[in-house]
Amino acid sequence: MSRSVSEYRFGLGDGLPIALGYIPVSFTFGLMAASLGMDPLLAVIMSITNLTSAGQFAGARLMIEHAKYYEIIITVFIINLRYGLMSLGISQKIEDGLPLWKKAVIAFGITDETYAVASLEENTITYKYMLGLITLPFFGWTIGTMMGAYVDALLPKSISSASGIALYGMFIALMIPAAKASKTLLLVILVASGISVILNYIPLFSFLSSGWCVILSSVSGALIMTLISPMEEQDEH
Amino acid sequence: MSIEYGLIAIFLMALITYVPRSLPLLLVKTHLKSKKLQTFLKYMPYAVLGALTFPNVFNSSHSVVASTVGVISATIAAYFKRGLLTVTIIAVSAVWIVERML
Repeated sequence: MSRSVSEYRFGLGDGLPIALGYIPVSFTFGLMAASLGMDPLLAVIMSITNLTSAGQFAGARLMIEHAKYYEIIITVFIINLRYGLMSLGISQKIEDGLPLWKKAVIAFGITDETYAVASLEENTITYKYMLGLITLPFFGWTIGTMMGAYVDALLPKSISSASGIALYGMFIALMIPAAKASKTLLLVILVASGISVILNYIPLFSFLSSGWCVILSSVSGALIMTLISPMEEQDEH
Repeated sequence: MSIEYGLIAIFLMALITYVPRSLPLLLVKTHLKSKKLQTFLKYMPYAVLGALTFPNVFNSSHSVVASTVGVISATIAAYFKRGLLTVTIIAVSAVWIVERML
């Protein structure tokens, strides 16, 4: 019993930086949605049920333009397609023998950030750990949306601008130690980042949504390095 | 926008977002054997982190210069093994300071 409590707490601690990084992003989302005329309550409900940044920004904009349901579904699906690969990654890392309902619960919490943190764990991850990991980010995302949608003057402009980098600070904190430890991982990061920059700046690719950019860059980066430099034989991953 | 349209749209979005999140986790029950696939899945998180960070981090504050300083500060802090929270705070502080100076 105490082991499962500490697993949950361990997850909670890992989730805290994510939650803090989410607040400025979800605040921006709430602010944007409300300022474009969406009912603040709808924005909050969207955050509670979706827990996704790129998809919500796109979806909210489509809703405000009174897009057809199928347009919203297709757009959001494509933007969030990368979660499929992340879910596959988690499926390999999660403890064995979990009942379907527990998997269904943690699936809800798979985001770019929770996926990255969970994947970087050395051992198998437990259900309790994932539950802990997801908790604070979920609240951070919801509360940030609430603040942005309802009380748009709550976050002083100076802090909200600087806090935009919070999430990226976390990403860097995760990437650097790995890059330091392994040339291969450094290359994975560099190749994926390079492709991402190219896709963002070359006008030829300007039609690509942010979701496509992320999935194409990360898949290409990981794929290229897999072909160049596969891992050695291991029993344990 | 009517509340009805809003709620239906939100519900559909939530559903379609949940599909890619859940299907692999629910359907794939075994440890996949392919070494190539294992390698790919091992590299993916790092590739995702890189793709998410660049180039977007440079547009994350009002000033590209401030963001760049933030990136450099975070990188140095992370290189010297500071924890997640510390690095994040350092990055935010750096941006805040540089924006004051500009």
